[in-house]
Amino acid sequence: MSLLDVQNLSVTLHTPHGDLPAVADVSLSVGAEETLGIVGESGSGKTMLARSIMGLLPRARASASGSVKLKGVEMVGARASDLRRLWATEVAMIFQDPMTALNPVMRVGRQIDETLRVRLGLSRSAARARAIELLEMVGIPSPEKRYAAYPGQLSGGMRQRVVIAMALAASPSLILADEPTTGLDVTIQAQILNLLDELQARLHTSMILITHDLGVVATRTSHLAVMYAGRIVETGTTRDVFARHRMPYTRALLESSPRVSNPAHTRLTAIPGRPPNLLRLGEGCAFAPRCGFASERCHRERPELSVPDESSHAFACFNPLEVGR
Amino acid sequence: MLRYVRRRLAMLLGIVFVISVGSFYLIHLLPGDPAAVILGTGDTPANRALLYRQLGLNRPLVDQYFIWLGHILHGNFGISFISQTSVWSTIRAALPIDLELIVLSQILAFAIAIPLAMRSARKPDGILDRILGAGSFTLLSIPPFIVIVLLVLIVSIKLGVSNTGPSSYVSLGSDWVVNLESLSLPALTLAIGSFVIYYRVLRSDLIATLQEEFITVARSKGLTRRRIMWIHAFRPSSVALLGTAGVNIGGLLASGFVVEYLLAIPGLGYTLIAAINNSDYLLVQGIVLVVSVGVVVINFLFDFVVNLVDPRISRE
Repeated sequence: MSLLDVQNLSVTLHTPHGDLPAVADVSLSVGAEETLGIVGESGSGKTMLARSIMGLLPRARASASGSVKLKGVEMVGARASDLRRLWATEVAMIFQDPMTALNPVMRVGRQIDETLRVRLGLSRSAARARAIELLEMVGIPSPEKRYAAYPGQLSGGMRQRVVIAMALAASPSLILADEPTTGLDVTIQAQILNLLDELQARLHTSMILITHDLGVVATRTSHLAVMYAGRIVETGTTRDVFARHRMPYTRALLESSPRVSNPAHTRLTAIPGRPPNLLRLGEGCAFAPRCGFASERCHRERPELSVPDESSHAFACFNPLEVGR
Repeated sequence: MLRYVRRRLAMLLGIVFVISVGSFYLIHLLPGDPAAVILGTGDTPANRALLYRQLGLNRPLVDQYFIWLGHILHGNFGISFISQTSVWSTIRAALPIDLELIVLSQILAFAIAIPLAMRSARKPDGILDRILGAGSFTLLSIPPFIVIVLLVLIVSIKLGVSNTGPSSYVSLGSDWVVNLESLSLPALTLAIGSFVIYYRVLRSDLIATLQEEFITVARSKGLTRRRIMWIHAFRPSSVALLGTAGVNIGGLLASGFVVEYLLAIPGLGYTLIAAINNSDYLLVQGIVLVVSVGVVVINFLFDFVVNLVDPRISRE
């Protein structure tokens, strides 16, 4: 049995403009100590997926259906108090923007040891010692001093390290990292990603790494899911998705990221058009209007995510690319 | 932090100086003459000239001001021309009443406003929020001198609760129960005005704070809603509340004066109004100075507390 098992998860957001299918029919699973990458453009529903896996979406504004099982415990529709018991200790989230994820008027050390004291029942001094240990583990120099700092006194990279320390505090089995490096300088990005890798290996946790940057997931994940308009459109082992992608959208994503192997001054290919308005999705494949391979059928009917052969490589396309193209 | 305090203290001195000059000249612009009050029937031009010389009122106003200021700086508020008693002792007798009134009213106002704002902010536009919104607006539009009259009419006269009507004030030292009873309606009146402001300010700041990402982060740690509201949301939302409270307490003194006058509570307001009617220059100046220093100091203290609450402010 895998650690996390998501079956047919759909999330509808209730907006003033109408109901919006932010996540549609997503199934995925993450095994122990595995890393799953989720990639897609902005607005493809990655963050919504992460938050709905956690069960963090406000009930008044979002309704979820399907099933999210963490260690066999159903989280969709679970009582708030039951979810609270899972948060931090079983599943924790690393948030996207370290500038807004920390309480500006609370010392960072207190924000870390709060989890330890409230959730794990550690004493004040034990929690403090552990928090300093965590700060050290995420590579913050002179952690005793930083323990008493306010978020505003730390740089973005330092803050993101604090956010990571906060997520790791209660040793969760699964970490959802939602674009953990988007708000940071490129040089810091690599440091943070390497830190995550290292910590994951050391602490034996599983991770879902969400990003729009294929370069980030290429070497760090075992499996990959490509999202478009709230759906998974292609998924498989990272190797398969990179080398034998079948879905035109995946290829477009790959071609739009810069590569060292390209000759200098190669133009990056942009995906034509814009991500679809989820309030006005048609019958067909959501990518069809931007797709060079779309046939008439693509506009009429939506392709299901399916596995054509014995591999685990699934894609949703009527006109899949030839392997190796 | 120390530099900030020093800068604020220098500003505080400047403000108090300006207020003292202003109050000194304003009182001399008012109609009325202490000589007329003191001399009564013996008010002849000769007597008046003599009295002016005795009191120093024949000197230029600028000289009078600096003589007064010199005495004040030595802690001497002077002797009232009219009552022949020390101005400072009169102020010292009246001041604790105002302080008690303000403390009582503010405790009441915060005790009601904070929990209600917390409740409202959790469900903006919910039933409770709408009722409180409309109710607080209604209360805001009734001035305190109407509120106190209505309260006295209902509580002391219709319901006949003892020691709550006019002229029932007893000092805290002699009988604290009767003292609290006699100040209950004035304190409630002042509390209502403050409550409405505090409730509205805190509610809107809380709603904004609850949208912040760090609140979602706090939820993701598995904290209870109660803890999130009080530990994570309240503190960053209370900056405007504290600033408003500092300003409001200054305004509260004015409402307090009216209420004191209506119920014959011998606080600073009552004393001040009597002193103005008697052209008791020194007493008026003394009270205005004490009150204005008080307001400035209260604002300073609240600013200081805001700094402690939100470390972002003094850093910037």
